[in-house]
Order: sequence, then structure tokens, then C-alpha cells
Amino acid sequence: MAVELFKEKYRSQVREVVLGATKEEGGTRSHTLKVGGESALPFLHFEGKIPNRPLVAMEIWDIVPEEWPAGLKSFFEDVYNDPGAWAKKCVEEYGADLIAVRFKSADPDIKDASAEECIATLKKVLEAVGVPLIIYGCGKAEKDNTIIGPLAEAAEGENLLLGVAEQDNFKSVASAAMAYKHCLIAQSPIDINIAKQLNILIAEMSTPLLDRIVIDPTVASLGYGIEYSYSIMERARFGALQGDRMLAMPTIANVGHEVWSKKESFISEEEQPGWGCQEERSIGWEAATAGALLQAGMDILVMRNPKAVGLVKKLIDDMMQDNS
Amino acid sequence: MIIIGERINGMFRDIANAIRERDPRAVIEWAKKQEAMGAGYLDLNVGPAVADRVSAMKWLVEVTQEASKLPLCLDSTDYDAIEAGLEICKRPAMINSVPAIQEKMDRVFTLASKYNAEVIGLAMNEEGIPKDAESRVALAMELVANCDAYGVPIDNLYIDPLVLPCNVGQDHGPEVFETLRQIKMLSDPPPKTTVGLSNISQGTKNRELINRVFAVMAMACGLDSAIADACDEELVASIATARVVLNMDIYCDSYVDVFKSQNQ
Repeated sequence: MAVELFKEKYRSQVREVVLGATKEEGGTRSHTLKVGGESALPFLHFEGKIPNRPLVAMEIWDIVPEEWPAGLKSFFEDVYNDPGAWAKKCVEEYGADLIAVRFKSADPDIKDASAEECIATLKKVLEAVGVPLIIYGCGKAEKDNTIIGPLAEAAEGENLLLGVAEQDNFKSVASAAMAYKHCLIAQSPIDINIAKQLNILIAEMSTPLLDRIVIDPTVASLGYGIEYSYSIMERARFGALQGDRMLAMPTIANVGHEVWSKKESFISEEEQPGWGCQEERSIGWEAATAGALLQAGMDILVMRNPKAVGLVKKLIDDMMQDNS
Repeated sequence: MIIIGERINGMFRDIANAIRERDPRAVIEWAKKQEAMGAGYLDLNVGPAVADRVSAMKWLVEVTQEASKLPLCLDSTDYDAIEAGLEICKRPAMINSVPAIQEKMDRVFTLASKYNAEVIGLAMNEEGIPKDAESRVALAMELVANCDAYGVPIDNLYIDPLVLPCNVGQDHGPEVFETLRQIKMLSDPPPKTTVGLSNISQGTKNRELINRVFAVMAMACGLDSAIADACDEELVASIATARVVLNMDIYCDSYVDVFKSQNQ
């Protein structure tokens, strides 16, 4: 007798968010991308719909990333000085679905670049590639508040994914998304209650923004509390599938940033002979972290190492095979 | 817990007048108000003083579903009036109610099957309301068996264990809680549960406090819904809080507002 699989039934689904805009839609992207829309837990195609494959974004900086380890930098040595060429290489050679531009130059302790300088870089990247873009400031809220608005205005209609709105600093990003028709990242410090509350605060500014939020639940890398990130994401996704509209957004994670700040990724074999080849280890660390997050329901992974990107894209191909 | 807003009822003078004069204003006002406060259904009861219940129910259904998108709970002992209402409901509705009396169950579950309606089943029969939990559960089982026999999904059945005022039937309180717990073990999936919340405080001085305390205690025993005053803000806040404490909703600072807006 055939065994009948028990199938969980959910009453709701994750919102679907569209990134980018083509010429007809008011932008200049060659295509748009959809994320979210799941009505089942990750890759359980037999219990519901997983209509959109998770996306891999590759991270580029608007300055030479001196702090990146040599092994990682070597992939991009020929393009570091040109963000447009760097973006193009990520898309054409390494298969990035999206490009995440980090405006590090705006950091007051680095170059303190002005909004105008950042806009010039953004325009170069927009011209160089046709994929939708994610933009991040330098990470210092006070300065980022002065550049995200102008960047959003300069790229009006492109439907960028703007980073990042936080509970105590969400208004400038949310206003920019609202005024110039972009999506936004709502970031919370590995805290499901704040993730939900932040979405409510953004919705109070503008209800239609609810369909343009991507949650960054903040993640840890493998070995640094990833199980905590995982359980938060799992709980949020269960909530979304059971009807919690304020947690039913697709998600994004800064995998590369987390992984490459950990010693397991960058310490050489000479220093830690027992840890084995640094290059292989770092690729594995980034790919395994991304793989675990995919299983928790991550929709967009922002990554750095092209080899890890290749492995993760292959994993996504496999997991997206219909198993219903 | 889902609140079935109790206010559109001919027992209230403004609604009785509205029905008599066919003046929709009071009905529209209460429909909108209850929806805004977090009601998940709107109970419609034409009241005792109406001669033609069928046409009154039809009128109430028409007026209410113009004013609100919430599903309706048609509340009458006159099943012709309920059927007339079901015929014109735009969304699947709820029938309020049927006791565990065979000929009544035959009529109501036939209607439920035909109109894809939910049903409130009362744990009572010709002999009245039982004194203890065991007898209530036995009647609940009869309702479950009939529901199933007529092909109505069991989770479309809401069993009301029947609440008596705490000042006259104090010994019924624990029996009701025990009944709520046991109903969840009757079948898989189990039936849902409901109560007429304000019955618990009939004739008492501190009605709202008693209603709120009873509501959250009953939720801990498995209460899924209640016919209640959706405009009692403290009651709604208590229910929202109990949902968080019972891990039914994920906490956030605005959880009460989220609960209120979830049906809109």
C-alpha cells in the first residue's frame, strides 16, 4: 500500500515583491525580478507554491576594499577601480542575479564622499548592468540619511532595493522609497518582535509600502550563532504562513559581510595548519552559511566569493526541482 | 480568538427601531464600528418583537453586507429566516444556532451543506442545559456525528458549551472550561468552540470585568470564538494579550492594534 504523505496546510503566504523596473515601467533595467510569494516552507513544493527562486546578489564597493583578504580580492583585481566594470564582471562572469552596491566611500572616516559623488557611481553601475540593484550606505546612520534620499531621487523609477531602515532610523529610507517608488530593506537585530514592529511603523507611514518591504532579520555566519538566526526566521515564516501579515515579507541576508569578518574565512593555513587550505575553507564557509539560510527561507543572499556563489546557485537549482 | 460582534440585535432599541422603520443608519453604524474594533464576524438577530422574521432578516443581511465585508452570523431560532438570509449572503455565513435535537440538526446541517455555511451547535437538547461537563461533551459528540453525516467539514462546526450567569450558575463555570478542553479531543480535526460571552455576567454589577476574565480563561481551555461586545476596548485588548501569552500571535509592541486591524 502506498504511503500517503502528511501535508501541512497553511492559510496564508509570503508577499511577492518585484525588484527593478524596465523601460516600459519607468526604469532602465533589462528585466525585473520577483522574490517571495511562498505558500509553504522552503522547497517543500508538495505542500504549496514556491513561485520564485531565491536570488544571489553580489556585493561591490565604490572604493577598493582594502580590508578584503587577498584570496577574495584576487577575483576582482582588474575591476576594483571601476564599480561599473566590477558589477558587469559579477553579472556576466559569475552569474549574479542582482548587484548590491555598498557606498563605503561615504563613510566620514574613509572618504566622506558627498551624495553627488555617490550618485555618479550609481549611474555608472546602472549603465553597466541591466539587473536590478540593491544599494547600501556606508553603515553610519547619520551619514547614510544624507545620501540614501538623493540616491533614491537620482534613480527615481528604477525600483531599487534601498538599505536599510531600522527601528530607530527608518523614516528617511521609508520616505525615499515612498517618494521615488523603490523597495526597502527593514533590518532588525536578530529580533522577531522588532522585525514585526518595524514593518508596522513603516506601514503607518504608508500602507502600500508593505508590499515593498524586504526583511533583513540580520544573520550570523556558520559557527557564530546561525542557529539563532535560523530559528528566528523559521518562526517568522511560520507566522507569515499562518496569517501574520506583518511578518509576511521576503527576506535578505548579508552573507558575505558576515562570513568574511570571521577568522575561519580569512586566517591562513600557515597560522592555523589544522584548519586546512584557506581558499577552500572560506568558499565552504560562505556557501554553507548561505545554504543553511536558504533552508530557513532566505529569499536574497548578498555574497562575495564567486566560487561560493557558483556552489549556491547550483544548490538553488537542485532545491527548486519540483518534488510535489 | 474571533469576536462575533453582538451589537446588531433587535434586543437593542436602536436596532429594533431601525428594523421597524427600515432605516439602515444604526445598522450601518454598528457594522462599521464593530469591524473597526476587531470583530471577525457580525451577528445579526432581528429580535423578539418582529412579526415577519423572514423579511426582517433579509433586510438586515442586505444592509449589513453593504456596510461591511465581514462574514455574517445569522442568529435566529426561525430557520426559515436563516435560510432566507443564507440565500442572499455574498460570503459564506454562520448559522446561529442548532441544539442537539435531531429534527433541528437535520434541517440546519442540510442548510449548512447547501450554502457552505458554518454552524454553531449548542450542547443542549430537549431536556435543557446539562449540569456537568460529561453530559455537555456527549451532546457535542452528537453534533459532531451529525455534522459529519451531512458532509459539513468538522472545522465548520462551532460548539457552544453554554454559559450560565456566574451569580446563579456558579458551579457551571468549571464544567464549561472542562467541556471546552474535551471538545478538542472529540475528532481530528476537532470542532471549533464558541460561547455567548455576556451570559457569564448577566445580572451582575461588574459585567465587563467578568466578561474579560472569563474570555481569557476560556481561551486557555481552547475557546476559538465568542459572541461578544467588540466595542469593549479592554475586552479586545485582553483577547489580543491572551493570544500573545498563549503563543498564538508573535509579539510586537503594537500587538493590540495589529489584532484589531487583522480582519480589515
